[in-house]
Order: sequence, then structure tokens, then C-alpha cells
Amino acid sequence: MEALRLLGEGFGVALQPLNLALAFAGVFTGTVVGMLPGIGPINAIAMLIPLIFAVGLPPETALILLAGIYYGSQYGNSISTILLNVPGTAAAVVTALDGYALTRQGRGGEALAMSAVASFVGGTLSIVGLVFLAPVLAGWAIRFGPAEYFALMIFAFSALSSVAGNSVPKALAATGFGLLLATVGMDPNSAVPRYTFGQLKLFDGMDFVVVTIGLFAVSEVFLVLQASRWGQDASLAYGRVTLALADLRANVGTMLRGSVSGFLVGVLPGAGGTIASFVAYGLEEKVAGDDARFGEGELRGVAAPEAANNAATTGAMIPLLTLGIPGSGTTAVLLGALLGLGLTPGPLLIERNPEVFWGMAASMYVGNAFLLLLNLPLVGLFVRVLRLPRWVLMPGVAALSFVAVYAVNQSAFDLVLMTAFGILGFVMRRSGFPLAPVILGLVLGPLMEKNLRRALALSAGDWSVMFSSGLAVSLWVLAAVSLLGPWIWRRRRLPDGGVGEVD
Amino acid sequence: MSVVRASRGGGGRGIALAALLLVAACSLPESERSAECIAPAAAGGGWDLTCRLTGRVLTRLSLVEGGMPTSNMPGAGGGVAYAHAVGQREGDTGVIFAASAATTLRLAQGQFGPLRAEDVRWVGAVGAEYGVVAVAADAPWQTLEELLTDWAARPDRIVVSGGSAVVGQDHMKVLLLGREAGIDPRTVRYVPFDGGGEALTSLLGGFVQVFSGDASEVVSHLETGSIRVLGVLSPERLEGLFAEVPTATESGYPVEWVTWRGFFAPPGIGAEAYEAWVARLSALAESEEWAAARDQARLRPYVMVGADFEAFVDRQVEEFRGMAREIGLIR
Repeated sequence: MEALRLLGEGFGVALQPLNLALAFAGVFTGTVVGMLPGIGPINAIAMLIPLIFAVGLPPETALILLAGIYYGSQYGNSISTILLNVPGTAAAVVTALDGYALTRQGRGGEALAMSAVASFVGGTLSIVGLVFLAPVLAGWAIRFGPAEYFALMIFAFSALSSVAGNSVPKALAATGFGLLLATVGMDPNSAVPRYTFGQLKLFDGMDFVVVTIGLFAVSEVFLVLQASRWGQDASLAYGRVTLALADLRANVGTMLRGSVSGFLVGVLPGAGGTIASFVAYGLEEKVAGDDARFGEGELRGVAAPEAANNAATTGAMIPLLTLGIPGSGTTAVLLGALLGLGLTPGPLLIERNPEVFWGMAASMYVGNAFLLLLNLPLVGLFVRVLRLPRWVLMPGVAALSFVAVYAVNQSAFDLVLMTAFGILGFVMRRSGFPLAPVILGLVLGPLMEKNLRRALALSAGDWSVMFSSGLAVSLWVLAAVSLLGPWIWRRRRLPDGGVGEVD
Repeated sequence: MSVVRASRGGGGRGIALAALLLVAACSLPESERSAECIAPAAAGGGWDLTCRLTGRVLTRLSLVEGGMPTSNMPGAGGGVAYAHAVGQREGDTGVIFAASAATTLRLAQGQFGPLRAEDVRWVGAVGAEYGVVAVAADAPWQTLEELLTDWAARPDRIVVSGGSAVVGQDHMKVLLLGREAGIDPRTVRYVPFDGGGEALTSLLGGFVQVFSGDASEVVSHLETGSIRVLGVLSPERLEGLFAEVPTATESGYPVEWVTWRGFFAPPGIGAEAYEAWVARLSALAESEEWAAARDQARLRPYVMVGADFEAFVDRQVEEFRGMAREIGLIR
């Protein structure tokens, strides 16, 4: 196998002492930076690029370092997500659903360990995909047009039924609110401002991090504040910090499914980790059936999105390296780095600079392994943050939220907006509205709008374009099955259940 | 093209970098520094790159004391940073803002609200890109003339993709070409994508017939032969890969599109500070270090500073405004 031989050479590159050390440094730095949401991988990488130019590292070494940061920050983010309910990326919102629920049941340590293992599995499997399928999948990504993207978004929305909570009307209202928020800002087609009330700060719309941290983290502080009494000391209990073997075994299938779906979604430019996480979570909830308690602290609800998210990260490297299309903000920064290092990302990269492509593929694997080695032993340390009394922890969460949100745009306006969303989140949670659909609407809204309008512009207004390819039709069928399937299934089962035979 | 290994990198250097990493990761952007470059967009875009490259070279040439870090101030297509320059940084001699033809185009179309080009001090341009028009390799058109003739005959059959919004740069390029070919601008079907990469992918996927973008965006696909570049919108032919591609003017359609990259400073900084920035950019533009950095970033030589540049910006804004009016985009 040619690919295997080249991968072997790639490992030769990745395992050189300097590269190994930098992969470790990257993963470690990334984890630390990732724990402070808002700074995130984009800024971490952007800050380091001039440094890398200055030191004059060879391209493969520089990329190994940057990829390490990319991975590390993703994991670092799940730490603040699971333990403190402060998700810094849209993808992490899905992890927060069950991750934080587990923390509140004293199982935060297990959730973190699960997240580390699932990330490792997702990363590992997707590297196998990257090595063997990159050329094939690059061709697949090209055939994915606006109509197909729109159908994919609808499919991602079918995850909604899993995050709906108890009341469908409330979930629909929350989704609608998210979609409304998504329309604030410049019209994606014509750059005409909508619902901005002349505020320049609103021209780019509601920043996702501002809304998420407001709705999730700030509202949490308010909730805890409301439930606090004088003299109450201990905050959250925590139990085991390792994963039971049985739990691990029960999640093998979940991690495999999450990795595959996450990787495939990640290959599509523009879709990225968020949609991958939602799709994987929705898929898993459908597969799991009725006995699972998704949204109330289900380990599978952590394993699926974390595996998918990491697999999508690797998947996003395919359009970047083979087509030169950045699939996400972070890969856009990586693209700038590649160009600056004198490499041309594109169809010829693998041929011309095999040591870069294969070296990076191998080092991504090494980085994943480091992540697992570094973080599993540290879970116990991270979890200790929960031992802090509430009067320390909650102001800490509030401070973290403010710093994180300020780091996004260095804008005080965002802090006001975040606090307003915090109050709103508090009211919504008190009255039983689920929060995740708001985020789903906010994240998917602009993508849906853009692709719907593109598809219709391409067809000159003919709606049949939405069903004009086999790919689009299959996605519509998947979405329909996923949305309506459980409902039909339940109705058919009902007669022989509680009510008894009908005739 | 083979990668030149700048260095094999010693172990000590690696450790030093690892230590630096931690420091860098912990240092949040500070506002009190000797010099600062503000990129009016998020990290990773053209403005960001302009700032970072310039900052690096200026630092290496010791033209700015203590380096020139880049801050990102995304928002409103550069409008937030523009308003910040005018409203909050008046008289600040230590800051410059990255700009490009996109900035003047938005100013001309009134997209920055009441703000005008004269509200800031235009320092200079240090590099440029040129527009290109491309079709898929298996498309029936071999020349720009064939495409535009066909297009004028049946404008409804041809869809263009580009990486900028409606009436943005990529749209303007085809509208201008269309004007020369007698195509009614209102019949031009333009579909905006998120950046040149996605727009180019839509061409490769067969969703559109024509791609409008910049030369650097099509390099790798031109090399593999998956697309055909029908024309470059530059005054002279570009070298290298593009040597065989005629300019639009050569083909009988006198249209040029220079995506220059440069800087403006806040208002009220005084003649001395303005001239100091002009001198820095002039020294930068003449240096070998800049030539190398510029080539790496796929920018072409293009230098214009000081009063010349201010006059150029005024002229360009006027021209863009006239075009927008003519095409019926603004009243």
C-alpha cells in the first residue's frame, strides 16, 4: 500500500524529537487556551503565526505545532463546558447538554474522561479516513451544492427533537427565537443591514459566543444565586474521576457512529464541527431508543458529539489541503499559515510536499495520543475546581464569562448583550424553555438562509432544484425519517402497549 | 517548486519556542503599545494578513520600536474599525488600519453610514492583486470574447459566482466587463459565496458557469488544469502561470480591477506623524524583506504612498460612486 508507506514516512517526520516536543507543547498550550472560551483556537493560532515565521521552523514542523493547538483547544473547551456550563464554541453546546447534567449529578469526572476518550477515538478514526479517503472525499465535497447544503441543515435540525426537552411547543418557540436572532446583521447576500437599529456593533449579527455564554453560563450563575442560602457551603459533589470499563464498552458503538458521521460532515466546507455535533447527537438519540435519558445526563450524549467534533476537525483538513478551501475559521487561519510558509494548498499539495501532508496526518495522530495521555490523568485535577465553595466558583464563572466574551471582539457592548442574554436565559429556564434549540437556530439560520437563497438564485427561482440531485433527495429522506420516524413508530406501538388490542 | 528548508531547527530553539508559546498564549491584546496595526476583520483574512506581514517586516527592519502587533476588530465589513478610527482614535499616532479596494468600494456605496473617505488619513498601498475571470476546463468558451458574446446573447443562461456580497468587488468586476460587452447589469446573475474558495468550488462542481475573483485564488486550480482563466483585469499581463492569459484590455474590453492592499491612519495625527508613517511604508516597500514576504502572500508589487495615495483614494471613491450610480445600485 502506497498510502501506508507514505504514512510510515510521515510518522518518521512526526516522531523526530523536535516535532514530538512541539506537538506536545501545542496540545498543552491549546488545552490551556481552550479552557478560556472566546480566545479559542483561531486567536491562539493567529497569535503564534508571526512567532513561527520569526523562528523559521520548517513547514511540516510549524503545521504540527498549529494542528496540536487546534486539537488541544477543542479539548480544553470541553473542560469548561462540562464542568462549568461555559461552552466556547457552537459544537460544545451539544456537549454541554449532557455533560453539565452529569456534573450536577456528581459525574463530571466521568464525563470529562468520556470526552477525552471519545475525542481520541474520533481523532484516530478520522485520520484513517484522511489517509485513505482524502482524494475521493475531496471530489465528493465539490458535488455538494447549495441545495444539498440546505437539505443537510434540515437534517441537522432533526436533532432538535432530541434536545427539545419536555414540551414541543416550547422547543419550537425557542428554535424560532434562535432563527430570528440569526436574521440580525448584514444580509448575507447583499450586505444590507437588518434589525441593527443603526448600531455598527450589530452589523455582524449576534456573535455566537456572546449569546451562548449569556444563555448558558450567566443564567447558571443567576440560578445558583437564587437557590443559595446563607451558610450553604459545599458546591457540587463529584464522584469517580475514571471511567468504568462497562461504561466504556457501552459507548464503543456511539463513538464509532459519531466519528463516521462527524468526519463526513467535517469534509464539507462551511459545515464543520457544529453541524457534526448536532447530527451525531441526534443520530445517537434515535439509535439509543427510549431507555436512554438524553439531556438529563447520558454518557452517550457526551461521547457522540465529542467524537464527531474531533473527527470533523480532521475532516476539515481535507478540503483545506486538497482544494485549498478553508472549512472553518480556524482552517482559514491555517491556510494563511500555509501560504506564508510557501506552500500552495490545493490538488497538488500531496504530490509536491508529501512530507508536509503525511507528516501532518501522522502528527495529528500523535497529537491525539498526547491529548489522551495528558488529560486522562489530569481529569482529577480539573474536577477539583468543583470542590470550590459556591461563593468562589460562581463569581469565577461570571468572571470567566466576561473575559471570554470580551476577548471575542474587545467590545463592551458585547458584555451588555451577554448580560441581557443571561437574564433571558434565566427566565427561559425558570419557565421550562430549552436553551439548545436557540443555539441550533442561531447557528443554522444563516447557513440555511444563504444556501436556500443561493440554490434559488442558481435555479432562477425554481424550487424543484431542492430535489434535483440524488444526494439532496437522500438527505431529505433522512431528515424526514429522523423527524417523523419516532413519532410514527410510537403511534404504531401504542395500541399493543397500554391500550391493548384494538380489534 | 520545492520547499526551501529555512532551517532544520535545533533542539534549543524548540525549547525556546515552547516557552515563548506559553507566554504568547497568556498575553491578551494590550492597548498601550508603541505601535499597533488594526485589521478590520477576524483573523485569517486579507486585512489580517496585510497587518501581520507588514508588522513583521517593519519590526525586522527596526522601523517601529518594540514591534507592531496586530489587533483584530471585525465588524460591518470593516465599518466598526473605520468608525473606531474616526471616533475613538483621533490624533493617535501609534496606530494604522489595514484597508483595500473593498474599503473604498464600501465607502463609495455609503455602507459605512455617514462616514466618508476624507474622515481618515490614507497612508499608502504596499501590494496588490488583480481580478480574474475563469471558467471550468470543460466549458465551451476559449476566450473572453467568446464568453461575453455568448453571455450578451443569452444572459439568463449564465450564472457567476464570487467571494464577495452583491455589489462587492467580485460582482463589480463582471458588471464592468458586462458593460463593455453591452450586457444590461440587471440581467447579470451573480451568486455570492463565503470567500473565493467556496465560489471556486461551485464552479468546479458545475453549479455556476463563471468565476469572478482574484489571481491568487485560482493559482492551484490553474496549475492542475481544472479551470481556464479567460482574462486578467490588470494593466499588463501577469508573469509566471498567468503569462499566457491575455488582459481584458487586450481582448477588447478595457476593464482593470486592482485589489490594492494598504493602510489608513486616524484623523488629526498632524503632518509630522503622517509623514513618519509614509516614510515607514516607503522604506518597507523598497526592502528585500518586503519583496519576499509579499511574494509569499501572493501579492504583486504595487506601491503608492502619501499625497499620491490620498489623491488616488479620492479618485477611486468618486469613480466607484459613479459606477454604482450608472449601474443603478445607488441613486
